[in-house]
Amino acid sequence: MKVTVNGQTLELEKPVNIEELLVLAKAEQPEYVTVQKNDEFIKREDFAITTVADGDNIEFLYFMGGGAAWD
Amino acid sequence: MGLSNEQLERYSRHIILSQVGGKGQQKILNGKVLIIGTGGLGAPAAMYLAAAGVGTIGLVDYDTVDLSNLQRQIIHQTQDVGKAKIISGQETIAAMNPDVTVHTYDEMVAAANIKDIINDQDYDFIIDGTDNFPAKFLINDACVLLQKPFSHAGIIRFEGQTMTYVPGQGPCYRCVFKEPPPKDAVPTCRQAGVLGVMGGVIGTLQATEALKYILGVGELLTGYLLTYNALTMNFRKVKLPHQKDCAICGEHPTITELTDYEQPTCNLKNKKG
Repeated sequence: MKVTVNGQTLELEKPVNIEELLVLAKAEQPEYVTVQKNDEFIKREDFAITTVADGDNIEFLYFMGGGAAWD
Repeated sequence: MGLSNEQLERYSRHIILSQVGGKGQQKILNGKVLIIGTGGLGAPAAMYLAAAGVGTIGLVDYDTVDLSNLQRQIIHQTQDVGKAKIISGQETIAAMNPDVTVHTYDEMVAAANIKDIINDQDYDFIIDGTDNFPAKFLINDACVLLQKPFSHAGIIRFEGQTMTYVPGQGPCYRCVFKEPPPKDAVPTCRQAGVLGVMGGVIGTLQATEALKYILGVGELLTGYLLTYNALTMNFRKVKLPHQKDCAICGEHPTITELTDYEQPTCNLKNKKG
């Protein structure tokens, strides 16, 4: 099955949940990623029980600082 | 009040645009934009807004210009190293365009001062050009509570993101990112590096949003997060739903006043932008 992660097609051998997808798709710092499935936010507590189906569009949204460094 | 002959010439490439015209240029001249942080994002945003003739620009920063800033913070020049960024920024803008009045705020935004800063000139639009997440959440929360539109942005390495909040017209930053990540969990440009032009690309997009908002033209990045990857040259618009249960802009907000999140270790003696 094929899913789209951040615009890139990803081939999966078997259905996975969001938690597993974060590992498979090599998400950076998965503990802080916001995840959307088909334009809806998935709550972090639901990552393990939300499965990804063929054709799903997944977005990993990352924290990004930048700009003036006030630290 | 009409445009002077000099203004007609200075802004002629704006005025010729059907979406701007003389009326639109007058709106820009009457526009008031607050830029929080005059670093990688705020520097190009401030310069393009100044060149465009935004009549009132507020600059907030407490930092001084460091040699390592100059690779991307183009509002500051070599001779400005050691100078307060707001003063350096004000001088650059003054040299660029006498139509612009710059208001400076020599402080770091905090729960105690951000509303006063925004209300000082009753700014129309706020640009978040800060680096740290406590400031980003504070700016979001202040803008939601004061019902002010703002542009969020972030840059790191070869990547950038930006979104625009307009009250009642889409999600806020907190709809997407519920709360700040733990201190030092997410790297900053200082820790991870950033290609200098990233601030130019994304900061200029923020300036574009401010001008579109002032002019009332086009479609803003409300309800979208625009992401840019310079290595692949991919711009992507990710649709964002408004969260009814958002803690600040949702139907039953639990955040009704501003609080300061833990600030990053504030090493005021050795600041590097």
